[in-house]
Amino acid sequence: MTKHTLLRSSAIALGAASFALLGTSAFAAMVPADVTLAEDQTFTYRVLDEHSSVDPQIVEDVSGSEIVRDLFEGLLNQNAAGELVPGVAESWEANEDNTQWTFTLRDNAMWSDGTPVTAGDFVYSWRRLIDPETASPYAWFGELMSIQGAGAIINGEAATDTLGVEATDDHTLVVNLSAPLPYFPAMTTHASTFPSPSWVIEEHGDEWTRPENIVSNGAYVLSEHVPNERSVRVRNDMYWDNEHTVIEEVTALVINDENVALTRYMAGELDRTEVPTGEFPRLQEEYPDQAISFPRLCNYYYNFNLGPNGPEALQDVRVRQALSLAVDRNVITDQVLQGGQIPAYTFTPGSTANFTVPDVPFAQMTQAERDARAVELLAEAGYGPDNPLTLDILYNTSDAHAEIATVMAQMWTQKLGVQTTQSNMEWQTFLEVRGEGEYEVSRGAWCGDYNEASTFLDLLTTPSGYNDAKYSNEEVDALMQEAKTMSDPSANYTRVEEIVAEEMPVIPVYHYAGVYMMDEGIVPSWPVNNVEQNWYSKDLYRVAQ
Amino acid sequence: MFNFVLRRLGIAIPTMLLLIIFSFIMMHAAPGGPFNSERPLPPQVLANIEARYGLDKPLPVQMFDYVVAIVTQFDFGPSFRYADRSVNDIIALGFPVTLTYGLWSFVVAVTVGVSLGVAAAVYHNSWLDYLAVGVSIGAQVLPNFVMAPILVLVFTLWLGLLPGGGWNGGQWNHVIMPVIALSTSYMANIARITRSSMLEVLHSNFIRTARAKGLPQRRIIWTHALKPSLLPVISYLGPAFVGMITGSVVVDVYFSTGGIGQLFVNSALTRDYSVMMGITILFGALTIFFNMVVDVLYAWIDPKIRL
Repeated sequence: MTKHTLLRSSAIALGAASFALLGTSAFAAMVPADVTLAEDQTFTYRVLDEHSSVDPQIVEDVSGSEIVRDLFEGLLNQNAAGELVPGVAESWEANEDNTQWTFTLRDNAMWSDGTPVTAGDFVYSWRRLIDPETASPYAWFGELMSIQGAGAIINGEAATDTLGVEATDDHTLVVNLSAPLPYFPAMTTHASTFPSPSWVIEEHGDEWTRPENIVSNGAYVLSEHVPNERSVRVRNDMYWDNEHTVIEEVTALVINDENVALTRYMAGELDRTEVPTGEFPRLQEEYPDQAISFPRLCNYYYNFNLGPNGPEALQDVRVRQALSLAVDRNVITDQVLQGGQIPAYTFTPGSTANFTVPDVPFAQMTQAERDARAVELLAEAGYGPDNPLTLDILYNTSDAHAEIATVMAQMWTQKLGVQTTQSNMEWQTFLEVRGEGEYEVSRGAWCGDYNEASTFLDLLTTPSGYNDAKYSNEEVDALMQEAKTMSDPSANYTRVEEIVAEEMPVIPVYHYAGVYMMDEGIVPSWPVNNVEQNWYSKDLYRVAQ
Repeated sequence: MFNFVLRRLGIAIPTMLLLIIFSFIMMHAAPGGPFNSERPLPPQVLANIEARYGLDKPLPVQMFDYVVAIVTQFDFGPSFRYADRSVNDIIALGFPVTLTYGLWSFVVAVTVGVSLGVAAAVYHNSWLDYLAVGVSIGAQVLPNFVMAPILVLVFTLWLGLLPGGGWNGGQWNHVIMPVIALSTSYMANIARITRSSMLEVLHSNFIRTARAKGLPQRRIIWTHALKPSLLPVISYLGPAFVGMITGSVVVDVYFSTGGIGQLFVNSALTRDYSVMMGITILFGALTIFFNMVVDVLYAWIDPKIRL
């Protein structure tokens, strides 16, 4: 499992902010003095699907977390650069070995019904998160945070009040950990750690998150929710930093089809929508101030099945190298996706904090050199016109995945004479087939849980539950294990990337970009440098045009 | 007549039960489950969630519990995906949307379709006939997934008259395009059926007699010819009505209405078992009910059928 992975958690992002005691107004919308704000301070954006919930301890999807970050406020927030800034907690400190963390909460934080936010609210919600009764899909996050007793409670072996979190008074929260975690505060920006109002939950049960019942402590309150159509949040007058909030109303519209969403954006009904694959160059030319693209903390890759059910041929490292070398990444990023995506030669994206992209040899070659080497390698491995390699490519239904699979198959066929077939499967079926290792080559993608290289590289270690390639290398495992206790693990990460480039258990294809059409009034305040894209509506503002 | 209705009901109930059993089995036979995701949950967490929703019991027990809850309390269970909503809530939110634009579509399709069909038959082989046939063929070959983008292009992007989607509580300007997109092909079918059956009736002996008697044309058409020529139309209207009020995935997705067609497909893709079952049962019950209504109407119009 990736237990530790999450945890190596942005030790770095945190560095600057930990132990900080900052002034109050430094983190809400910081409107530069020379900016004229628009009359209309609303923000309407498109979401692909209805969110799963706005209950902090239940929410599990990105679109739900975006809403939860507006409605609720945890101990700490992130700023536009992804660094930690105070939220409900004004300051925080650890004991000497980082096994006990003490958070001091501000005394002016309020729930939307006027009740003060207390340390007890956090104790309640953290217990609620791991309580088997709650059946939270993120219960494991409490375990990942290494809070004392979490594992036993999840397994039903201990009562929830044995959890190592304690309110010594209304404004002091003490957390006892089962392992030293220097980066623990970074985890408190995760939605599942946000407080929830015990009195409202007791009164309304599962229905407490409906607009007519909900009480929240963030910069916004939920005013309307029509499932599968819209969810509206308006500014919360009780929020402690309400005077610095600029955006009055935020609306999320559920629009399944991205082309429909783009049409509605063009009709002026939306302020933000995703750009469909291949449309970016045209839009950028026509609307240079609205079409934006910035790096995201996600990678896109192909797994070789090295497990017991995988094909014999892929056990040969030369075959894997040949297939990886023959993929012209630039064709995929510049001609298929065309949205500012970055060709990938390493597993970890270059936008990851404190990660320097190592000079892996095949990244330095020209594509012609790579192709020539690929042909040699495959011939050495014994495949050629008389004995062609056959491969089946597995991916889940989506136009972009199908296009990339087709382009890669063509490259393999034309350059190496590989005979390919494609298996296009519906999402749930795809997950099951890939999870059981019943494939030859499969699409994969990963978005970092936190901004540090181990969130990606841990996927390639033997015990990882997400290691779909079933790759196992003792040196990689040891390096990643060692990295967890090092103050500067970057040398280990570089070495792991070098091993991966040599052994090629996966083909890194590209690193993601966030590609949006966004109203030019919103663009200046959008946190493009927050690679995790943890955005808060309270930090946005709309500039007059 | 009463016996006839009773007999029909007697068949409807076991049909519903079979529908429930088959959908239940097929749904659980599909790979994956409601709590599968790209990041597999730790086994104990998954077990806690499955226990909460009763998914840890054997399948026959789950099915039995499910049917009992429906029959005794009309309880279709909680949604597996949306923690704060029950299936009844979800249907109560999505179905009125679909019902609204579905009913309007029905009204439009029947009114326009029957008028076009009658006009075409009465003025057989005139320019009006060609126009009506042309319109209905045109409408037939334009599927709604082509229709919808064209409507949005014209009314939203070029003319700026109507919003490109959303529902907004069923405000009239959000309803127009879904209604046009949904009703068009039904309208075309109704026009075609009305026209051919009207033509047949107009050539029958009793109409010739009426004409010979010197009855005015208007009376012949509206009093004598229309009723018999609507029989085939009525048998088409039963399923068409259900088709329209249960909406269309294309219309729901394209116009982001939040209607039930979209929910149905999404629940299947996310394996939200209880929502998928609830909507299947709703659609099944509506289909069975309106087929029964058509049968009864038929029996009432044409006594031969009661035998």
